[in-house]
Amino acid sequence: MNKIASAGNKGKGVRSDCFISIEILNDSGIEIQLESKVKALYGDSIIKLAKEVLSNFNITNAKVIIEDFGALPLVIAARIEATIIQLIDTDKEFLTPFLEENKYKTTKDRNRISRLYLPGNTPSLMINAGIHKPNGIILDLEDAVAPAKKAEARFLVRNVLRSLNFYGAERMVRINQIPNGLEDLDYIIPHNVNLILIPKVESANQILQVENKINEIQKKKGNIYPVWYMPIIESSLGVLKSLEIAQSSKNIVAMAIGLEDYTADLGTKRTMEATESFFARCQVVNACKATGIQAIDSVFSDVANMEGLKQNVLKSKSLGFDGMGCIHPRQIKVIHENFAPDADEIAKAKKIVNAFLEANEKGLGVVSLGTKMIDPPVVKRAQKLIDMAINVGKLSKNWRDIENEKL
Amino acid sequence: MWVNYQKIGEILKMKNYNLVKNAIGRLVPTEINGKSYVPYMGVGKYRPTGRKYAPLISTCADYPSDGNKLIPSLKEALIKSGLRNGITISTHHHFRNGDLIAQQIFDIAYELGIKDLVWFPSASFECHSTLIKYLEDGTINHIEGSMNGALGRFATEGKMKGIGVLRSHGGRYQAVQDGDVHIDIAVIAAPTADSFGNATGDRGPAACGLLGFALADSQYADKVLVVTDNLVPFPCIPWQIHGNNVDYVIKLDQIGIPEKIVSGTTEITKSPDRLLLAEMTAQFCEEAGIVHDGFSFQAGAGGTALSIGTYFAEMCKDKSIKARFARGGSNKYLVKMLEDGLTDYILDGQTFDLEGVRSMRENSGHINTSPFTSYNYHGKGNFSSMLDVVILGATEVDVNFNANVVTHSDGYLLHGIGGWQNCLFSKCTILPIPLFRDRIPVVKDEVTTICGPGELIDVIVTERGIAINPLRTDLLEKLKNTTLPIKTIQQLKDEGEKICGIPAKPKHTDEVIAIIKWVDGTVIDTVWKIEK
Repeated sequence: MNKIASAGNKGKGVRSDCFISIEILNDSGIEIQLESKVKALYGDSIIKLAKEVLSNFNITNAKVIIEDFGALPLVIAARIEATIIQLIDTDKEFLTPFLEENKYKTTKDRNRISRLYLPGNTPSLMINAGIHKPNGIILDLEDAVAPAKKAEARFLVRNVLRSLNFYGAERMVRINQIPNGLEDLDYIIPHNVNLILIPKVESANQILQVENKINEIQKKKGNIYPVWYMPIIESSLGVLKSLEIAQSSKNIVAMAIGLEDYTADLGTKRTMEATESFFARCQVVNACKATGIQAIDSVFSDVANMEGLKQNVLKSKSLGFDGMGCIHPRQIKVIHENFAPDADEIAKAKKIVNAFLEANEKGLGVVSLGTKMIDPPVVKRAQKLIDMAINVGKLSKNWRDIENEKL
Repeated sequence: MWVNYQKIGEILKMKNYNLVKNAIGRLVPTEINGKSYVPYMGVGKYRPTGRKYAPLISTCADYPSDGNKLIPSLKEALIKSGLRNGITISTHHHFRNGDLIAQQIFDIAYELGIKDLVWFPSASFECHSTLIKYLEDGTINHIEGSMNGALGRFATEGKMKGIGVLRSHGGRYQAVQDGDVHIDIAVIAAPTADSFGNATGDRGPAACGLLGFALADSQYADKVLVVTDNLVPFPCIPWQIHGNNVDYVIKLDQIGIPEKIVSGTTEITKSPDRLLLAEMTAQFCEEAGIVHDGFSFQAGAGGTALSIGTYFAEMCKDKSIKARFARGGSNKYLVKMLEDGLTDYILDGQTFDLEGVRSMRENSGHINTSPFTSYNYHGKGNFSSMLDVVILGATEVDVNFNANVVTHSDGYLLHGIGGWQNCLFSKCTILPIPLFRDRIPVVKDEVTTICGPGELIDVIVTERGIAINPLRTDLLEKLKNTTLPIKTIQQLKDEGEKICGIPAKPKHTDEVIAIIKWVDGTVIDTVWKIEK
């Protein structure tokens, strides 16, 4: 009896995915059975792709069954590869095209107001994620992927990093908890992931393990893309060690708090008022601010409650957080609008920036607004606030020209 | 100029088509089901002459003077109306998927051994797939109306004896009025009626709103039957159907399944991708200056269209303006707009939920319309061309903005035309559609079936970009400083194919299974048999 392996998803409601099963045979060549709702349009190209992947792994005799539900080529290839590696020993890979549009870097201080979680083994939720314009997307290999699906999710996430366009969102991956998560890095670091989320961090050492592994991979692959880290604090020990963790690497650009696990660790329940996590949130914010990195709040899990989300965001902003995770694209707008500066803040910042630019134009060294002197950090903060307002669409990019025209 | 395009092949010879290339470059038959058809000549180019069709003259001497036209059974009424081989029987889709009447008519025909009937519904639904057995055994020769789901598959695989004819709602009225289709027996299912035949849809256990799709049939059919499960003493007020046009009235226990007739809840979409489409469309309309005081719009009952309607309502509220009228299928969102004073009128063409039905009874600003007033192209104008904006769907569009609404990209019949073609005449026609559905790109070089010519389609909104028809230089100018992603239709096509891959052209045979009529009765395209 030959071994049969499978990968992918099928069943009610499965879209943009496929289910592959492969049996390696001794002779008789490649036999491919394809069932697909897009067979009339893509049947030939699916079979061609399947043969290409098989041949890449030197498989010449096999029975392949493809049940396709409108999967993109990058998904089909990932599913076939995930099936093959269960059947043969190989260190080969089948890489889908690396889009030029995906070869961008991100800066340490860019906006991270919103970052959208995408389950790492669910292609249908990934395909259109970028069009909702979150600041970042998170391909999640951790909690959103069932243990039995962890291995195949890596291939999918790798192909997605290469071949799916997120239209400028910061490309993030949440790896599994250390040490298991270290192995995830092999699949993502060479493919221009911008940022790694490291879950359930409780010590600086865990960050160092990640950093060492990344350095090793980058050295081997000659990779030049910078990779930022965002540790997630999800336990009382993590909260207490948060400063040490924040300071553990220069590649840490933000630190997040995960309240579901944290409240479980405390033995309490997560409430709307969030008194139970007040200390932890303040502690994490302070550790971040002391280190000069961004503080990111936990997700708000009631996706239907937009008013609740808004209140949550306003509270979060008032505590000093710089952004928040989201688990549904509709949350992005609410998070942006409410984390973003309000009309008063924007008006004040505009005055400061204008005063600064006018002083510069006049060649004055000192910036003043009315009778008050303005310090450089104040100008910088105002400029950042203006940038954020532009970023979330609350202010036009050329607001100064527009206002000058009006005068 | 039409090029005579004689095809040679066994099937073609057998079926004896004469195919010609019409003005939009599609091969269409000039004769099917023993009748001749005029190929599409271009928008507004076909000018029929002559007079409208007319029903036979009746005399009151043949009808009971007490007004009581009740007949004990549908079977008896059909026999009295001259049910026989080869005639055309019409029904209507006011009951949508809850219709119980079409089935009974053809059960009776089958029982009587009648063959070769033409079914002329205003639309068919999944519940009518049970009629396949009558298409197989020859009770029904062919359908002139929409064919979806199982009926669509059956027809597309070439299993229907005759050839299907698909028309828009307005085209159906035109065909009846012009005599292209002669209805022998019209059966009108009426939620409330009196024994004289006056009928209304706005009340009764099977309340469905209005009965506009049956108007032409009541005016032009040889025999008109009203079937009701809620008989009231004369007069049935209001009367949407005039009893003066009706031959017989039949009382049945149940004519429709209420929960399948109108939805208790029409809901705006929850899909974030569709909501984004709706948001982009609404923003486009705002920036194009379409949403102004006194504007008018039509948006369908699909989730995306519904949410665009709610965005319009929000804009009206924010700007303290209101619409003059909203046309189309009514639903609770439109009713709310009406009752909140955000539109003066709803010009209702089809009622989608219970709120719509209630409003029709209660609100003087909720007006019944019909395919005659709203859509008929062979009239002295119609309402749809006065609309400032219509929001429609499509299965495919091509780089010339031609659009398809009836077939899937694999060539199978999928939807009816509905009021879609008729609405293209509005001042601005917008199709919000995803760039691809389950890997199938929506923008193509050529659509599978042309239902609407590109010159009438102004804007394609996809989640990855908006294409404005180059003919609309005014819109291009208005949107030139927008933050919306304006792209060319070619760019949209390339972007879709980059993500999905270039689709193969599905194979079809040379056998015609249905024709698509344009609003003026000419043939705009052909649907071909697919070998399974």
